[in-house]
Amino acid sequence: MLALGLEGSANKLGVGIIQHLPPTPSHPLPSSSSSPSPPTSTTAHSLKLHPHPLPPPQIRILANLRHTFVSPPGTGFLPRETAQHHRRWVVRLIKQALKQAAERLDCVCYTKGPGMGAPLAAVAVAARTVAGLWGKKVVGVNHCVGHIEMGRTITSSSNPIVLYVSGGNTQIIAYASHRYRIFGETLDIAVGNCLDRFARTLNISNDPAPGYNIEQLAKKGRRLLDLPYAVKGMDCSFGGILASIDVMAAELERAEREGGKWRVPGGDGEEKDVVTREDLCFTLQETVYAMLVEITERAMAHVGANQVLIVGGVGCNERLQEMMGLMAESRGGSVYATDERFCIDNGIMIAHAGLLAYRTGFDTKMEDTTCTQRFRTDEVYVGWRE
Amino acid sequence: MMPAQPSIQVSLPPPFNSHSVHDQSKTPTLLTQGAEALVFRTTFLTPSTPCALKYRPSKPYRHPILDKGLTRQRILAEARVLVRCRKEGVRVPAVLAADWEAGWLLLEWIPGWTIRRCLDAFLTPEDTESPSHRNDDNPRAAELKDLMRRIGLTVAHLHSIGVIHGDLTTNQQLPTSLAGTITLIDFGLAVQTTQDEDKAVDLYVLERAFAATHPAAEELFRGVLEAYGGAYNGGRQALKRLEDVRLRGRKRSMIG
Repeated sequence: MLALGLEGSANKLGVGIIQHLPPTPSHPLPSSSSSPSPPTSTTAHSLKLHPHPLPPPQIRILANLRHTFVSPPGTGFLPRETAQHHRRWVVRLIKQALKQAAERLDCVCYTKGPGMGAPLAAVAVAARTVAGLWGKKVVGVNHCVGHIEMGRTITSSSNPIVLYVSGGNTQIIAYASHRYRIFGETLDIAVGNCLDRFARTLNISNDPAPGYNIEQLAKKGRRLLDLPYAVKGMDCSFGGILASIDVMAAELERAEREGGKWRVPGGDGEEKDVVTREDLCFTLQETVYAMLVEITERAMAHVGANQVLIVGGVGCNERLQEMMGLMAESRGGSVYATDERFCIDNGIMIAHAGLLAYRTGFDTKMEDTTCTQRFRTDEVYVGWRE
Repeated sequence: MMPAQPSIQVSLPPPFNSHSVHDQSKTPTLLTQGAEALVFRTTFLTPSTPCALKYRPSKPYRHPILDKGLTRQRILAEARVLVRCRKEGVRVPAVLAADWEAGWLLLEWIPGWTIRRCLDAFLTPEDTESPSHRNDDNPRAAELKDLMRRIGLTVAHLHSIGVIHGDLTTNQQLPTSLAGTITLIDFGLAVQTTQDEDKAVDLYVLERAFAATHPAAEELFRGVLEAYGGAYNGGRQALKRLEDVRLRGRKRSMIG
């Protein structure tokens, strides 16, 4: 079966086409699923009574295209401009994707939420339009569930604790009885938002991504400065950290403007007291990633799991992956992560999660193909898992 | 759920690593492995003085400076809260010794069952469908009701001195006997604050723990709250806030 996925909850416009291959003999379909075409009147509600677990899907990626709206250094992406970007590019990307796939689609999937309103709406309109043109069913997908399902399939991790970290979300998730349950989350801004905004403070380029550029600078950092450390049970908070590091950046900038260097005592020696931008990036990364690994470890201890899956844009960060690996190792477990093709927002994950839901008989009626800025991960009924 | 057993042997810091091979009884035995701390049962000063050792091994993933700072901060915070509680008359384990550089805290050994075990003992052997435990004439029911009242009073006492436990579950309270004084343990996440919000979240966590322990326990929890509300000045306000916390389930709406 084939699905088109459209993603546009933030500054990336993603278009992907995925194919779920018929199960190999080692993964026979359960007998109840012998008729894959869903009844037309199925609603989300009736599904609650009939879970329809699917075997681990064999997938083929036919197209995975992305176009990112990059704002100038020192600025963020605003909803209106981002929506304009998506409207400008969506037709071109869909045409290109279809050229690559050249096979019959079964459904059109789009991101229903959570995300920024205007960009979400732009992509929902595109999804409705193409579905109407081609007479296809539409499937509204929760962005977070898209990330989780794509990560699970790419890494073949069966039942991991999921750390979902991106510019808009920071959550620790575990699966239990047909829901992805949120064990811990940020109490204010997302970790990616903290990094993005600090990149703006330092006037770092947003190309290819602010977090990536911070990571490169952090590799040259040596000195760890004191930042707040805000973990509360399995929850965490980044607002105070951002405020503190912004103050440090302002000090550094003032010292540089006056033609000098910013020195903070405690570095053992005149030259070692000097603090650089690289040190600030290093400090920020070490602190926020230690918090993320700690709350992940707490969730693992809580449910007795030893697999961790990192998804979301911040999940590309190699230092985060390394730290998580050390933690998982000390608990006798392992960490799963994907590369930028699947970590960063993409259309293929929406197509994948949408197709999983579609195969259990789910689709979104045309009058319900709206989008929403608030859409919690645990609101989605996960009928395709045991 | 039982935490996973450590797959890698933990080496304890001195003096807990120097027990002679001839006296196996003194070797610390691992009780639980949480996310951060390992709790051992061992002895201190005399071989017949049992105590609980809470060891926070350094985390390899953290920057050494950050790691040292956090370990020190957390051990000191826990010790301070415990000392404060004892001074104010809340029954908690006494702090016997601590080394925040090496990462350990040594606490008085509290014998007894957890509340969870008490509840299981009360509720499991008999048919829980029968209303026997609700019948006030039943001596067991009266005992259980009194236990609930004492839990409420203990938590109220803690909150009234401005301490929030932070992880109040049915595993964190030990009555020395079913009718005895209740001792609160595990102050690893405790904070000192007097805000109603924090008190309410503390109660909410306990309520959820009761619900998870036993189906019948949810109803018993009302007895805890009744005793709590009347026990100190801020009690009613905290209960009012608890209603809000229940509605939102400690969750925020996701913005994107």
